[in-house]
Amino acid sequence: MNTFSSTSEARARENRQELGFEDNHKSLRTRNAMLLAGGVAAAAYGVWRRDSAGHALVIGGAVLASRAAVQGIPVRTSYVISQTINRPAADIYGFWRNFHNWPLFMKEVKRVQESGPRAITWRTGTAGQENDEHGEQGQSEIVEDTPDKYLRWRSVILNGKHEASAEFRPAPGNRGTLITASIQYGSPAGASVRAIARILGKDPEFMMREDLRRFKALIEAGEVPTIDGQTHGPRSVLVKTIQEAYPERRKPSEFETGLRQLRVERSAS
Amino acid sequence: MKALCWMGIEKLSVEDVPDPKILNPRDAIVRITSTCICGSDLHLYNGYMHTLEHGDILGHEFMGEVVELGPAIDQEKLKIGDRIVVPFTIACGKCFFCEQQLWSLCDNTNPNAWIAEKLMGYSPSGLFGYTHMMGGYAGGQAQYARVPCADVGPIKIPDGLPDEKVVFLSDIFPTGYMGAENCNIQRGDTVAIWGCGPVGQFAIRSAFMLGTERVIAIDRFPERLRLAEEGDAETINYELVDDVVQTLKDMTGNRGPDSCIDAVGMEAYGHTLPFLVDRAKQAMKLSTDRPNVLRQCILACRKGGTVSVPGVYGGFLDKIPFGAAMNKALTFKMGQTHMMRYMKPLLERIERGEIDPSFVITHRLPLSDAPGAYKMFRDKQDHCTKVVLDPWADGARAA
Repeated sequence: MNTFSSTSEARARENRQELGFEDNHKSLRTRNAMLLAGGVAAAAYGVWRRDSAGHALVIGGAVLASRAAVQGIPVRTSYVISQTINRPAADIYGFWRNFHNWPLFMKEVKRVQESGPRAITWRTGTAGQENDEHGEQGQSEIVEDTPDKYLRWRSVILNGKHEASAEFRPAPGNRGTLITASIQYGSPAGASVRAIARILGKDPEFMMREDLRRFKALIEAGEVPTIDGQTHGPRSVLVKTIQEAYPERRKPSEFETGLRQLRVERSAS
Repeated sequence: MKALCWMGIEKLSVEDVPDPKILNPRDAIVRITSTCICGSDLHLYNGYMHTLEHGDILGHEFMGEVVELGPAIDQEKLKIGDRIVVPFTIACGKCFFCEQQLWSLCDNTNPNAWIAEKLMGYSPSGLFGYTHMMGGYAGGQAQYARVPCADVGPIKIPDGLPDEKVVFLSDIFPTGYMGAENCNIQRGDTVAIWGCGPVGQFAIRSAFMLGTERVIAIDRFPERLRLAEEGDAETINYELVDDVVQTLKDMTGNRGPDSCIDAVGMEAYGHTLPFLVDRAKQAMKLSTDRPNVLRQCILACRKGGTVSVPGVYGGFLDKIPFGAAMNKALTFKMGQTHMMRYMKPLLERIERGEIDPSFVITHRLPLSDAPGAYKMFRDKQDHCTKVVLDPWADGARAA
């Protein structure tokens, strides 16, 4: 475990227990291993029998074993990502604490409304589809708030609960601030994880890493680098196909992000 | 506008494309008055740098006039009508690396940083017209270009200086200079420079500016060797000697050059067996680079000397004599040029008349001739050393 993220990892574990997100990886793994072994044994016995009951055993055993094998693939439910940002912790904490900044760097969050002093509702969406009715609605609530140091919030989307935190601390040698963001999805292997994964794209870790990279660029450079919407010559069929197949690997319209950033700055001053 | 687009390996065409737009608050749009073909563009032309897409606009050495500014640009730093040279690296000016003057390692200018991270661990800065791994920014072999972070990179040029004297501040002059500076030149040093293309030529002159005693330049084209001699270098035509390393030993009393500069990079030529093996492996996509110049640099460099690498490498290099490097206690210095460190002091040298960089130019052509110019430059036809393109010369429509 990374020493810099130890605090947030430990807190994430506490929160997990508090929320009743039981870490049942181990029991799942044992059950699946037993099912797998049983299925293989049944199929082998079926092959040995060489009669019609044997055929049934082969099919049944194979189905059991393959299901156990697929379920046995552990579903990762927590991620910890860090970045070093060349600004004091107070600035970074303040930017993150302001919910209205979330759509500037969280790709999946498109629109934020305050529903309480520490709570918001927000909407997901895909780049280019800014329609308010599109996407899912989620709620987040801050449950722990240590100014300039730590933020923890719980979110609910599609009946799935998850919990996330951001920790801010000076980087070694005071070379900026180390931000450690972590997210813990609700019950492992459950429908909510799959639903969240579907919203976030194919790879939640990738999305999270890119969110944090956008956050860093916004804080440091005041804008997120982009080539989205730039001029180019005629594209080949292959390039067009790849762009269609992997839309989540393309950047969202950062021009809009930039303009929103300007609006934010103006409203702040 | 007209722009030179990459349409596949060895396929380029000048296309009518939409004019660039401001996409970010710190962008500027430049109407380009001069743009050049760089030796490193040939790696793209030949298809040895990956993640280029059909329709990408090439070019990273350009200058022009500011015609549009993003809303976050401070008018004191840049205003419409300013005449600027644009550096080929893009830097935000605010991150840890920019603050350390390591401009080409900026954290915040590569929108595709995740691709570069896969190959290199961390991503260097974004570059103009140089593959999507390095940002995918549309390049400057066009009539207009979008310049991100325009309040950090570009340098203003006073009206008296013609384009051809200053346009090389966009890449090759600072690149040659940094190649020489990285040699940590001490009084009395001998510097050997592989490659007498434009970067090599500027490295030769920069090495003398920095106080070196002798420069030995290595190439195979007589016209380039002549140009090196005009810059006071001694020369070796590697096709006329048996062994470059032995020749350098003989020329330096068996001590070897104090520093060696590889101003060639990933597509080195040679006439030895290792070169033929490299060539075959690269052609079969078994390796990305042909590092025979780097090998020679390591073997030729004196004990405790410095190997400086301004030449571009792309991926994984085979058969590098690292045992020699370690046991001879060599120092390695390299990297894409930290442009913003050098542009101002080198502009001052040009203004003082200490150097006129236009000496490398052999061809001045309209942008519409660019596809042919790439081929000519690649094949070194017509003694081609440096091509400067005019995006507005005949054929090209106005505005």
